[in-house]
Amino acid sequence: MKIKFVDTGFKKATTLIALIVVALTLLLVYNMATNAIPSIQKLGARFLFTSTWDPVKEDFGALPFIYGTIVSSFLALLIAVPVSLGIAVYLAELAPQFIRQPLSFLVELLAAIPSVVYGLWGIFGLAPFLRSTIQPFLSRYLGFLPIFKGEFYGVSMFTAGIILSFMIIPTISSVSREVFLAVPFTQREAALALGATSWEKIRLAVLGYSRSGVLGAIILGLGRALGETMAVTMVIGNRPEISASLFAPSYTMASVIANEFTEATSNMYLSALIEIGLVLFFVTLLVNITARVLVWKVTNKVEGGIRE
Amino acid sequence: MNFYKKRKIVNRLMCSLAFLCAFLTLVPLLSIFGYVVSKGITSINLDFFIHLPKPVGESGGGMGNAIVGTLILIGLSCIWAIPVGICGGVYLSEFGNNKLGTIVRFTADVLNGVPSIVIGIFAYTLFVVPMKSFSAISGGFALGIIMIPTIMRTTEEMLILVPRTIREAALALGISQFRTTISIVLKTALPGIMTGILLAIARIAGETAPLLFTALGNRFWQRGLTQPIAALPLQIFAYAISPFDDWHRQAWAGALVLIVMVFLMSFISRFVIARRYKFLRSS
Amino acid sequence: MKNRLLILMAIVLTATSLIAGWSLADKLLLINGAGATFPYPLYSKWFYEYTKIDPTVNFNYQAIGSGGGIRQIAAQTVDFGASDGALTDEQLKQAPGELFHIPMTAGAVVITYNLPQVKERLKFSPDVVADIYLGKVKRWNDPRIVKDNAGVTLPGEPIVVAHRSDGSGTTNIFTDYLSSVSDNWKTKVGKGTSVNWPVGLGGKGNEGVAGLVKQTPGAIGYVELAYAVKNNLPYADIKNTAGNFITPSIQSTTEAVNGKINSMPADFRVSLVNPDGKDAYPIAGLTWILVYKNQTDKEKGKKIVEFLRWAITDGQKYSADLLYAPLPESLVKKIQEKIDQIRY
Repeated sequence: MKIKFVDTGFKKATTLIALIVVALTLLLVYNMATNAIPSIQKLGARFLFTSTWDPVKEDFGALPFIYGTIVSSFLALLIAVPVSLGIAVYLAELAPQFIRQPLSFLVELLAAIPSVVYGLWGIFGLAPFLRSTIQPFLSRYLGFLPIFKGEFYGVSMFTAGIILSFMIIPTISSVSREVFLAVPFTQREAALALGATSWEKIRLAVLGYSRSGVLGAIILGLGRALGETMAVTMVIGNRPEISASLFAPSYTMASVIANEFTEATSNMYLSALIEIGLVLFFVTLLVNITARVLVWKVTNKVEGGIRE
Repeated sequence: MNFYKKRKIVNRLMCSLAFLCAFLTLVPLLSIFGYVVSKGITSINLDFFIHLPKPVGESGGGMGNAIVGTLILIGLSCIWAIPVGICGGVYLSEFGNNKLGTIVRFTADVLNGVPSIVIGIFAYTLFVVPMKSFSAISGGFALGIIMIPTIMRTTEEMLILVPRTIREAALALGISQFRTTISIVLKTALPGIMTGILLAIARIAGETAPLLFTALGNRFWQRGLTQPIAALPLQIFAYAISPFDDWHRQAWAGALVLIVMVFLMSFISRFVIARRYKFLRSS
Repeated sequence: MKNRLLILMAIVLTATSLIAGWSLADKLLLINGAGATFPYPLYSKWFYEYTKIDPTVNFNYQAIGSGGGIRQIAAQTVDFGASDGALTDEQLKQAPGELFHIPMTAGAVVITYNLPQVKERLKFSPDVVADIYLGKVKRWNDPRIVKDNAGVTLPGEPIVVAHRSDGSGTTNIFTDYLSSVSDNWKTKVGKGTSVNWPVGLGGKGNEGVAGLVKQTPGAIGYVELAYAVKNNLPYADIKNTAGNFITPSIQSTTEAVNGKINSMPADFRVSLVNPDGKDAYPIAGLTWILVYKNQTDKEKGKKIVEFLRWAITDGQKYSADLLYAPLPESLVKKIQEKIDQIRY
């Protein structure tokens, strides 16, 4: 009798606490939404599709921030995806046993470096290096491309994209590695038995089998890149403008909040910033859900399942 | 024969490319580490750990208050996030095999993906505005929210790994489920849970964005938890974007301290505890 | 064993940090302020020195920008705000109580640049500054810049405009000035603590702009005089209303204050831009501490008033070292009368 009483209490207590987490999340959304109402009401859909950011006249358009967030994140993916997949393939398939653990630990350390330290290094290490070495090279040989036109000040979309790529490499590579390891050994053995080389084994058996999982890993990385704040704020140049050139300074949703939130003088201004936060929340939410579903599909697949 | 050769070449090429990628990633890691150590080490001395920052233009001074501030913030977030996270994890693994469990699991994943700056806004509207003060508490709250999903999901994963037979054995002896979970299941899974906690701490120790408008920063020693509080990452940020060479040096030193703290925690969680855990699982 | 050790460590860590936090919450009063970065070097000096004069109180000042100072004092999240842009009538009306502007010091906003190859001090006419910031003057060897700087070889580099990314009183002073000298600026951009910049890079705080200028060859930016001097950044002479090119200095800033002293309104909300006087530097401004007339916390109110009294009298001696213009005697007297009206 007593045991039963204790147990129901125990169950109820843990349930309650689990529900607190749900309640907090709902409260977060509710809180942001109510605070964003003035801006939503006044500006409506215009907020998402115009590019004036004028606190004096209280006319706010978030397009440059949305653009900056998306472009910097995709630039990061462009660099990070091939590299991460290379790492994951190497770690899961090729590396000698003794090297796997230490190497994957080192890659994960890259994820442990605080964002603000990335920013510090970005300002004093990466940006001067890009300005003195990489940019002259790109301008000389690829300067005809609109993305590499114009002046380069060190802080730019380009710099932000590169920093972001370093920050998401660990996410993409570790999830991909797990996905690779989830591929049943029978698949690999089948490929090898047919006389495949190790690369063919990887391409046909491993990569083919885990395609959607890898996509999930990439999207998880994208989620991290979209919300990253400090490092980007420190190197992107903070200029709300849409420019074709990657060398131009830009601005992201997260960095405009970081820069202007405590200083927004009017309620409208604050509300507009919170609306940006809300947009950012929903974008990352969507991205993360997609990623989870994709990864979950692969890692929970029945072992030995045949694909396509 | 030609076809065979081509396949061999492609094989070589792709395998070396993968190898190259793996080692290429070490370049930024080593560069960052090299910068932080070489630029930071010269400003690290006892003063750095025990002194307050000096006003602009006076050299010397330290980040003692920021280091203490970061520790207090970690303490504050742990105080509520660890119990909530573990209890949530227990719920998920022991009772969460139903619709509500799926919802909770999903919410935890959502929360894990919320950009930390957005959590900062949430803590600002929830604590700073009604309390009419930036405070250590609001900072601890924001950081705690970031910790919870990680702790919850690792707890769940670790508890699920505890063999069913152990639970059944305990229950068969007439021990309540409460006692079973607390003294047997949780105890078995403890090292794994500690790993999750340490990883969560390592993550929040370096968080800056949610502290910008909750903790705000403080140039003095902390007095009470309802006051603004200094934090190492905040101080590094403020000093990094400043034009003063003296402050740049301090920022590097702060970054060194922070990175050593974070790496140490990652290292402990990964090697010491993980090894012990493996041992437990096999025995 | 190891587990227990770790748990013990965690508990000890948490406990000590919390105990430290609580036990120190003794008699020592912490007064929080936030706002302008413009006077930050002086304020940080003041608050540091003041701990020696009154050890029972610490003033924690965070330089988050004037916009932030106005916002946070209105939201009552800080005990005092600081701004170098005065509140508008509407902002004053919206504040939950009557707010006082207490002038603390005057400073100059200087045009700084990064041209390592140019050794001479550059000179600018007001309209040229406005057109650089409008993006119309694009290169350093533009004929209009050359005209004012006879004998200086200017490079053909593009001008990289740097401005504030945060709400700022320095911006307010600067855009106030640009609006007064350029109709084009006035209609297109206007003045305010944050504006919609036609061109340029954004840096956070005076520090951020100075940092950007320092790290970017060919950059031009506007910062407070002290920031330029402390960082060995060059700064330009600006042509004033009398037609003279004036080097920003304490002297020429004091001249600017004197040029406005007769037209000083009772609430001290005055712009020092384009003052009378042939030696007055044209881009100057007062910086204020914002406090509520009726202080809610008796203890804090008392300490704030004591500090303000000290700052505008004894504290002024630190101004010159940090390149702020000390307040003239006649103004100090008026300010003291204002401080006497604060109730706690």
